[in-house]
Amino acid sequence: MDIKEIYETMDYGTAPESAEEANAWLDKNNRVFGHFIDGEFVSGTGHFETINPATGKSLAHVSQASSADVDSAVAAANRAFNEWSTRSGFERAKVLYALARNIQKHARLFSVLETLDNGKPIRESRDIDIPLVHRHFYYHAGMAQLMSKELPNREAIGVCGQIIPWNFPMLMLAWKIAPALAMGNTVVLKPAETTSLSALLFAEICAQSGVPRGVVNIVTGDGDVGDMIVRHKDVHKIAFTGSTDVGRKIRQATAGSGKSLTLELGGKSPFIVFDDADLDSAVEGVVDAIWFNQGQVCCAGSRLLVQAGVADKFLSKLVNRMKNLRIGDPLDKSIDMGAINSQAQLDRIKSMLSSCDPSKITTVATTMPNAGYYHPPTLIRDVEASDTLMQEEIFGPVLVSTTFRTPSEAVSLANNTRYGLAASVWSENINLALGMAPKLKAGVVWVNGTNFFDAAAGFGGTKESGFGREGGWEGLMAYTRPVNVPNETANYSTQKTTPNRAASINRTYKNYVAGKQSRPDGGYTKQIADPSNAATYDIPISNRKDLRNAVEAANKAIGWSSSTGHLRSQVLYYFAENLSARADEFAALIDTFQPPSMSGAEEVQATLETIFECAAWSDKFDGDVRDVPMRGLALSLNEPVGTIAAFAPAELALLGLVHMIAATIAVGNRVIVFPSEINPVIAGELIQVIETSDIPAGVVNILFADHNDVAKHTAMHMDIDAVWCEETAAISSMIEEHSATNLKRTWTQMNDATEIREFLDHAIEKKTVWIPWGEG
Amino acid sequence: MNISNTINRNICHELDLDWVMSTQANQSAIERRAATLGMRRSVKKEFQAAWLARAISCIDLTTLSGDDTEERVRRLCAKARHPLRADLAKSLGMDTLTTGAVCVYHEMVPAAVAALSQSQIPVAAVSTGFPAGLSSLKLRIAEIEESVAAGATEIDIVISRRHVLNQDWQSLYTEMKLFREACGEAHVKAILATGELGTLRNVARASLICMMAGADFIKTSTGKESVNATLPVSLVMVRAIREFYEQTGYKVGYKPAGGISKAKDALVYLSMIKEELGVEWTRPELFRFGASSLLGDIERQLEHFATGAYSASFRHAMG
Repeated sequence: MDIKEIYETMDYGTAPESAEEANAWLDKNNRVFGHFIDGEFVSGTGHFETINPATGKSLAHVSQASSADVDSAVAAANRAFNEWSTRSGFERAKVLYALARNIQKHARLFSVLETLDNGKPIRESRDIDIPLVHRHFYYHAGMAQLMSKELPNREAIGVCGQIIPWNFPMLMLAWKIAPALAMGNTVVLKPAETTSLSALLFAEICAQSGVPRGVVNIVTGDGDVGDMIVRHKDVHKIAFTGSTDVGRKIRQATAGSGKSLTLELGGKSPFIVFDDADLDSAVEGVVDAIWFNQGQVCCAGSRLLVQAGVADKFLSKLVNRMKNLRIGDPLDKSIDMGAINSQAQLDRIKSMLSSCDPSKITTVATTMPNAGYYHPPTLIRDVEASDTLMQEEIFGPVLVSTTFRTPSEAVSLANNTRYGLAASVWSENINLALGMAPKLKAGVVWVNGTNFFDAAAGFGGTKESGFGREGGWEGLMAYTRPVNVPNETANYSTQKTTPNRAASINRTYKNYVAGKQSRPDGGYTKQIADPSNAATYDIPISNRKDLRNAVEAANKAIGWSSSTGHLRSQVLYYFAENLSARADEFAALIDTFQPPSMSGAEEVQATLETIFECAAWSDKFDGDVRDVPMRGLALSLNEPVGTIAAFAPAELALLGLVHMIAATIAVGNRVIVFPSEINPVIAGELIQVIETSDIPAGVVNILFADHNDVAKHTAMHMDIDAVWCEETAAISSMIEEHSATNLKRTWTQMNDATEIREFLDHAIEKKTVWIPWGEG
Repeated sequence: MNISNTINRNICHELDLDWVMSTQANQSAIERRAATLGMRRSVKKEFQAAWLARAISCIDLTTLSGDDTEERVRRLCAKARHPLRADLAKSLGMDTLTTGAVCVYHEMVPAAVAALSQSQIPVAAVSTGFPAGLSSLKLRIAEIEESVAAGATEIDIVISRRHVLNQDWQSLYTEMKLFREACGEAHVKAILATGELGTLRNVARASLICMMAGADFIKTSTGKESVNATLPVSLVMVRAIREFYEQTGYKVGYKPAGGISKAKDALVYLSMIKEELGVEWTRPELFRFGASSLLGDIERQLEHFATGAYSASFRHAMG
């Protein structure tokens, strides 16, 4: 076309970013790559092609790691661990800083390579992915520096096996490696098999940045390699980002292994538009929500919920906007959507759409390249909550939409999903917008925006979107564990208390559910006697139906979760007061039943102090504000996990039980607790104390049961959000394995916890709420 | 350019305050979109040259100085007729290219009209007590009538900012309607002076009111405010234009003015217009740059395109 013609048509033409440097780098490596192990590149075997999804053509060959490769990477990481983890924070910070600087220096090469291997538009890799990558390394250089002073009770975990997805290859690498290294861990990372190249370039950068041998190891290959890492006995922590199905398998595979685990999984995040929103800006928000990275984003706003009164207007604006989206060569600087990452993913998207009524589908007539894997932006209207497409993650540029009438209906629709990763809320009414944030079950809420990310702000899911957070202070929890410092020896009296119970009156205990004492569903009890046979006690034997009833009661008590910290602390103080009034009686019971690791009086005192500490925290375990690069606020809120089931330890029947009750309810959870099997009498008596302490019905539920019998049912119950278990390895393992059903949080290494704060940390879910602001 | 031949001219509509008051503008989101506009589109090589030629065709070549003289205006008009050096225009195949209009104060209108005779280039006059707009209403209306009588076919009026700041939408509407009536066949551009309106919501609402009262164009600034055309303000105004078109079927033009001096900025503006309103709105009938120094930078960029060598300003004729 000559200039005169273009002058009339105002076409954009093409504006390709040069791939010359990236190709030169690939050529330098003869387009064949091995692994990066112990500071060196090893050639590897079983090579397979990595494809440029924009053209369908081969870019290079990468290697399928063998178990020997994985072994040697894990061994190298273990060898490197001692030296790395005991370096000063300053020394580690210098290395992370060097990584940040070197990535920044090679930013364009990383961006182009990422676009070649992944298919995402160069604008995104250049302006979003890679800048977030170096930001992450800078931020965590700071965390390495601050660790010894700010996290004195945390230490590195060891070797971290990290398995990352193909949608943000380099960014996910940064999210995994930066915090791990900052806290003194060493890593074995496996990139996704379709997008290994940027990780291999990163390996080169490691060598140039003073990362010691073995601290970072990169092995490539498919899911089998991931599986080897997951099951490797010398790996101490697994961090996975990817699909919920694979996450579930990893949860099962690591059950009982003692490996720490964080999972960042799928989503079906709601994008909620109220009638008073700036609709044009919300339309642009949708573009950034579902057509960013071709919709291959775990937190993509893929479910559009629009208030009925503006739905037609909004959708018409949206369809008009879709017409301007340009799809094509991802290296072209003027395109909005690049290629889907692989033929397999494109097929998956198409097959999900194949069952959909075509009359509901809107795509725009847009030109797409002939070769490569492309999918047009797609809107599906009037999709009902019951529709598969409203429930299942598509992981492509496909938006489903429906309408709502009221804010509460918006909340119900938004939360009507197995997932809980992110949510976006659009309204100009501050009451409405901010009021929605706590009601949405999600790890991240964006107000009048979408897909904001920053190293300082936690990111991660609830429900089947996984557990653990990446970014911010909370992200460091995943890469540290409590230092095992012995408790200060409390200076309590060790004098034994003499039982003065009128002997031989049989005591019959019941379960405590929904604020009432109730007989077990099965009608069975077992009788135990105290060691001197002075008295006998009937203890209920609960079954899965009792569990079901307790969960229903706990979930009904949801008001507790939105009660004020002040109220919760008052209730806890009152609980302590009532227990204190019967201190001697409990001390005597403990002395009667329990081997003397601690005297009864001591244990009662420690228990009272625990309740006081939890009461103290109730109105102080608050969130904070994060310094993100945005005009506005990023709030890091501590929200209750929900309903927690807890298996109390056999020993310290009072203290162990009360730890679980007080710590969970202090921050707004409801709890179902299974008392010590050896010494259930303490719990039986404690019920009376609870009954008189103004704890609302359903907030605390106590079930007497054979832990081994109910553990599996508890772990599998879909309406329990977390299970705590201070029990045998066998029961813990069973719980971890079966928790995979709904990917509920589990905490089985409770022995490590020495501080109430640890309990509270496990009792909350972090939610990041992004609130950009400003007018005028 | 004879505007009335190609565009179905906007008319005066009823004031619809429900519509006005339901209009929202979320500043943070608008700023985010504005910040990525320049990143999302890139025009290179011959496409860039063609786009820059398009930008020239949309320039209201402007002089609004206290020291303006007839001779100064004649020089400007000559530049408007031949914005590019002859050899350069020829090599681009754009030898008939002119700017969109010449924009002057009332006293300079006769000189401009004379200098532009036998051309299609309209003369625009700033009016209504420009730039503050605080002379009496009677005088402001009379000023429009005199400029039209002197041969100006485009009148750039300034609105009373106080009506916006006092949320007196009825008065704003009435005033705009009177200005439109005074313009008669001449087209009227409503200068909102967005830098003095306080918020983007006010910009959006004032834009709608002016369009309801019959504005042919809405324009950001006089060039005399401390903040003139910006991308966020432009986004708000072009979205208002789009909304107005969707609701009424009338196409209103857009003129960012002040502060646009680089060829690269002009490309971003044009791509914003193309994305938000469509290619039709990138033509001078519906889009103008109010600018005095933009043309110079475009000329240098075009010479670089034509020759491969970076240019210098003395190689191009003064305007």
